[in-house]
Amino acid sequence: MHGLVFDTAHLLAGGLVLVSFMMLYQDRLSALLNTFALHALVLALSVAWQAHAQDAAHLYVTAAIAFLFKALLIPVVLRRIVQRLGIHRQIETVVGIGPTMLAGMGLVALSMVVMLRVTAEAAPLAREDLAFALSVVLLGLLVMVTRRNAVGQVVGFMSLENGLVLAATGAKGMPLVVEISVAFSILIALIVIGIVLFRIRERFDTVDVHVLDRHRGEQP
Amino acid sequence: MSAALINPVAVLLLAPILAAAVLALAPGYRLGARINVAAALVTFAAAVTMVFADRPVPGDYLLVDDLNIVFVALNTFVGLTTSVFSAGYIAHELDSGRLTPAYLRFYHAMYQVLMFAMNLALLANNIGLMWVAVELATLTTVVMVGLYRTPAALEAAWKYFILGSVGIALALFGTILVYMAAQPVVGEGMAGMVWTVLIAHAADFDPALLNVAFVFLLLGYGTKVGLAPLHAWLPDAHAEGPTPISAVLSGLLLNVALYAVLRFKLLLAANPLAIAPGPLMVGMGTTSLVFAAVMLYRRRDIKRLFAYSSIEHMGVIVFAFGMGGPLANFAGLLHMCMHSLTKSAIFFGVGHISQVKGTQKIAEIRGLTETHPWLGWGLVAGVVAIAGLPPLGIFMSEFLVVSSTFAREPLLAIPLVAGLLLAFGALLLRVNGLAFGEPVGSTDPVKGSCVPMYAHLALVLGAGIYLPAPLVAWFQNVASVLG
Repeated sequence: MHGLVFDTAHLLAGGLVLVSFMMLYQDRLSALLNTFALHALVLALSVAWQAHAQDAAHLYVTAAIAFLFKALLIPVVLRRIVQRLGIHRQIETVVGIGPTMLAGMGLVALSMVVMLRVTAEAAPLAREDLAFALSVVLLGLLVMVTRRNAVGQVVGFMSLENGLVLAATGAKGMPLVVEISVAFSILIALIVIGIVLFRIRERFDTVDVHVLDRHRGEQP
Repeated sequence: MSAALINPVAVLLLAPILAAAVLALAPGYRLGARINVAAALVTFAAAVTMVFADRPVPGDYLLVDDLNIVFVALNTFVGLTTSVFSAGYIAHELDSGRLTPAYLRFYHAMYQVLMFAMNLALLANNIGLMWVAVELATLTTVVMVGLYRTPAALEAAWKYFILGSVGIALALFGTILVYMAAQPVVGEGMAGMVWTVLIAHAADFDPALLNVAFVFLLLGYGTKVGLAPLHAWLPDAHAEGPTPISAVLSGLLLNVALYAVLRFKLLLAANPLAIAPGPLMVGMGTTSLVFAAVMLYRRRDIKRLFAYSSIEHMGVIVFAFGMGGPLANFAGLLHMCMHSLTKSAIFFGVGHISQVKGTQKIAEIRGLTETHPWLGWGLVAGVVAIAGLPPLGIFMSEFLVVSSTFAREPLLAIPLVAGLLLAFGALLLRVNGLAFGEPVGSTDPVKGSCVPMYAHLALVLGAGIYLPAPLVAWFQNVASVLG
C-alpha cells in the first residue's frame, strides 16, 4: 500500500465524518441542506478516489451518481420544498448542541473500537474505510433522532445512506448491483418522502413531526 | 405447452410484476380486483408446482431449496386468500368513500409489487438481491399504509418509513460486512454475495467480522420482524393501513424478514469460531413475547390488539429458532405457518367488523355473535386459536416449543410460559367483550364473504387434529437443514 493512495483515501473518508459532525450543529434547515450537499460532494470525491485506487471503473459511475444526484439534485429539490413550505427558519432540535456533539464523539469512538478490532486481518484501506463508514452511519442516526422536523430527518437518513455507500465502495470488488441499488433506493425513497411530505402539507400546513404525534390512533 | 416446460420460478416472479403493470392501467375496481385474484392464483399454482417439481440448479441470483419453498408456498397461499378478501373489502371502502377509484388502481398494482418483492426476497440466492427485495417490499408497504391519507395513517406511514429505513440500512451494513468476511476466502466479485457459495466456505471466514455482521443483520432485519424494542412501527402500520395490508404484513412480511435472519443464522452456525447466534435470538424473542403480552392489556383499538399479538408470536417463533435443534426448529416452523394462517384469518374478520361498525375501538364493538353470528363466531374461533387453546394448530406448535424448552433449558421456559399465559388472558378478556353481551352499534349485514377466514381456520383446525405424514416429513427435513 503506497502512501499517497492510502493517505488520500483516509483524508476523504475522515472528511466525511467531519462533515457529519458539521450537520449535528446546523440549526437552520437551509444550512443543513448546504452541509448535506457538501457531505455528498466529499462522498463523491472519496468514491472516485477509491475507483482510482482499486482500478475499478464502475465505481466512477457510483461517484457520478453521488455527485449529480445527491450533491446537486436532491439539495435543490429539498430547498424548493422547504421554501415553499416557509420553514427555512430555526430548526427545533430536540437536544442541545453540546450533548449532541458529545454523543457524536462517543459514537465515533465506539465505531473505531468495534470495527478496527474485528477487521484486523482485512486490507488497511478497507479497514479504515469501514470504521469511518460506521461512524457516518451512526452520526446519521444521531442527526435523525435530534431533529423534530421531517426534512431534517430525511437529511439525516440520506447522510446515513452516504455512509453505506462509503462502506460498499471500501469493500474491494463488491458487485455493482449493490451500489446501483443504493442509489436507486434513495430515488424511490425520495419519491415516497415527496408523497408523504405533500400529503402532510395538505393536512396540517406543517412538517413538524411532533404535530403528527398528537394524532395517536389510540386515545382512550 | 406442457407444464414441465414452464419454469415455476419464472412464473412466481413474472406473474405478479406483469399483473402490477396491467393493474396500474386497468379501469374499474371490479376488473382490478378480479385480475388481482387471478394473478395471485397463478402465483400460488406456480408455487405448488415448484413444491413437486425438481429443484433447479442454484444460480448467482436465484435459489430453490427445502427451506425457502415452505415460505414461498405459505406466502403465495395467504397472498391468494387475502386477494379474495381484499376484493370484498375494497368494494365497501369505495362505497363509503374512503378510497377513490384512482387510489384503488394504485392499491392493486402495489399489492402485486409487494407479492413480487416478497417472492424475490425468498427466492434470492444473493444477499445483495435479497436486501434489495426486502427494501422494495418495505417501500411498497409504506405507501400502502399511508393510503387513507388521514393524519393517523400519515403518522403511521412516516414512522414505519423512518424505522423501516433505519432497519434496512443496518441490514445493508451487515450485508457489506458479510461480503468483507467472505472476500479473502472466495475472492472478489459476485461469489462473495452468493449464498450457496458463502455457506460452503463459511467455516473459513473471519469469525470476528461475522459476529459483528450478524449483530447488524439481526438488528436490521429484526426491525422488520417486529422484535422488541424495535417494534414501534408495527402497531401503527397495522392499525392505520387498509386491513388486507394488515393481514399481509402480519402473515407474510414479518416471515420474509425472519427468513432473512434465518439465512444468516445458518451462515454463522456454519463457522465454528463465531458466536452462537441462538442466545441472541432467544433473548430478543423472549423480550418481544413478554413485552407484547403485557402491552396487550392496554390496547383499545382492535387492530392494534392483534398487531401486538403478532409481536408476541414472532417472539415465540424467533425464540424457537434461537433454541435450535430438530424439535424446536420443527415447532418454530409449524408455529410460523399456523400464526400466518390464523392471524390473517383474524384480520379478515376484523376488516369486516370495523367496516360494519364504522370504528376500530374495542369499547364500541359488542355482542358480535348476536348481530353477526358468522363473523362473531369466526372471530371467537380465531382468537381461541391464536391464544393457543387445543385442539387448534397453534396449541400444538406452542406445546412443542414449551416442551422442548423444558427438556433442554427449564429456566428459559419460565418467561416463555409466563408470556404465553399473559397473552392468553388478555386475548380472552378482549374477545369476551367483543363477541358477547348487549350488541352495540350498527347491525348492517356484512358485505363480502367470510370464506377466506373460515378456509384459514379450517386449515388451522385440521393441522391441530392431524398433520399429514408427508408434511411432517417435509418439515422435519427443513428443521434438520436449520440445524
